[in-house]
Amino acid sequence: MSSKPVTTARSPQAPAGTWAVKVEDLSLTYRTPVQKRPTLKGTLKRLGRRKRIIREINALRDVSFEVPHGTVVGIVGVNGAGKSTLMRTLAGILPPTKGRVEVQGRVSTLLALGVGFNADLTGQDNVILGGLAAGLSRDQIEAKYEEITAFAELEDFMDIPMRRYSSGMYGRLAFSVAVNLEPDILLIDEALSVGDARFKRKSFDKMRELCEQARTIFIVSHALKTMHELADEVIWIHRGRVKMRDSPDTAIAAYEEFLGVSGTDEVVLEDP
Amino acid sequence: MSAVAEQPGPAQDEFTSQLQVYEPHRVGLPPLAPYFRELWRRRAFAVELARSNLRAQNYNTVLGQLWLILNPLFLGLVYFMLVTIVRGDSRGSAFLAHLLLGVFAFRLVSGAIRPGAKSVTSGGRLILNTAFPRALLPISAVLASILRFLPTLGIYAIVHALAGLPVTPEILWGIPILALMVVFATGMTMLVATAQVYFRDTRNFLPFFLRIWVFASPILYYANEVPDQLRFVLYVNPLYPMLATLSETVNFGRSPSSGLLAASVAWAVAGILIGGLVFISREREFAVRL
Repeated sequence: MSSKPVTTARSPQAPAGTWAVKVEDLSLTYRTPVQKRPTLKGTLKRLGRRKRIIREINALRDVSFEVPHGTVVGIVGVNGAGKSTLMRTLAGILPPTKGRVEVQGRVSTLLALGVGFNADLTGQDNVILGGLAAGLSRDQIEAKYEEITAFAELEDFMDIPMRRYSSGMYGRLAFSVAVNLEPDILLIDEALSVGDARFKRKSFDKMRELCEQARTIFIVSHALKTMHELADEVIWIHRGRVKMRDSPDTAIAAYEEFLGVSGTDEVVLEDP
Repeated sequence: MSAVAEQPGPAQDEFTSQLQVYEPHRVGLPPLAPYFRELWRRRAFAVELARSNLRAQNYNTVLGQLWLILNPLFLGLVYFMLVTIVRGDSRGSAFLAHLLLGVFAFRLVSGAIRPGAKSVTSGGRLILNTAFPRALLPISAVLASILRFLPTLGIYAIVHALAGLPVTPEILWGIPILALMVVFATGMTMLVATAQVYFRDTRNFLPFFLRIWVFASPILYYANEVPDQLRFVLYVNPLYPMLATLSETVNFGRSPSSGLLAASVAWAVAGILIGGLVFISREREFAVRL
């Protein structure tokens, strides 16, 4: 990303004592068969041998935190630390194994490429279907449709099947849908890594705009520089546990130290 | 809903209310009242998904949407030829009308089950990123099948008229019978879609299973032609009472047998209950399994 460091004045405008997201002792365990595609043949074989190959993965362990309205929370951690699982639990997609999640307001997770789930359908179909699935009315989607396509700069491509889209176009459309549907709580998984440099700039600006509107936003990203600029606080997840929750400066410095990279390493700081 | 940010609606809604609480669930069903309320609220999604899938289906073909009519018609004619060859004589236009009606009605069911089997597994991205009642996906497959079925009624009407079959009020029995078939198909689609999540081979077995089902149904023959020692096949076939009643009432304008009507209702109710319960009690696990 070609942007210069920007300092933004942010002040969470939430009334004291109200929280947008409250997580209590949240644990989530996947029980997953070891073979990737479960097949009847494989199951029958194992039935004969009275052996089930199931592995338990503790994706989240006793995670607790409260986030007030209007806070921009950055979530960092190495691959497989449980960041995306946490996001999906907040969205009610993955049910907790233990503990409790309370969320105030409408959540948008259309990002992480919820749009474009059917590549045979046109971009337009996908935007409408994604919105309807998320519980919006057709009127609401139509009211936003122009804005979405204009922001994604895909006006000329909305009527062709998404199979023909490049991955950058895919990501642009997904990002545009997520941020333009005005959710109360926005969950963003690796958002700023879509599109070309110009679109990254644009999406970064849009993100900052959303952050300033006192929305509650969760950002998962490996782009630590972006995190620095956008987040009010950073939660560092390691092996399913909250390792640290602090100001962006402190938490990211500690995380970088853990990763063994210096704070000036351009390759790490640069948005992927 | 008037504004995006202000979300009206009952506070206990599982998916979009102001306060949402996610806790571990016991094995079993979610609270059903909010589930069905939410399902109904998002019905537009199921309709739109069915319509856009239909649009995309014949997008690349020259004849386009005409295939919605040509496909079942050709299939029916192929079966008619087959029966003519096997029997060594033509059974005439009344039988053709019976056969076409049977083929079209069977496709109403199989046309939901076959694409519906992968409705959950292929909806992976949507399921992993949006919380919504998953039952919308198989229901959408059923709606698509209904949309594909409707134009074939036009062909049937023409064949019915050409064959000189009677037009009586009994034909109206076709509507509740077809509705029962839709109910049954919805249950089976949900069952197969769930099975597909756990056993990815399900979809590979389906075409063979469905083919056997066609032959075991009174489509290529009349129900009363089945010899006694084979009648048990009809009794274990959920589509037998529905297809037989359809043929009696719509083809021949006769009153339906109350026994077959009762059996049709029983199979439809059993189908939707079993399929629905299996699907809805399992659906919260789908995101983990994809």
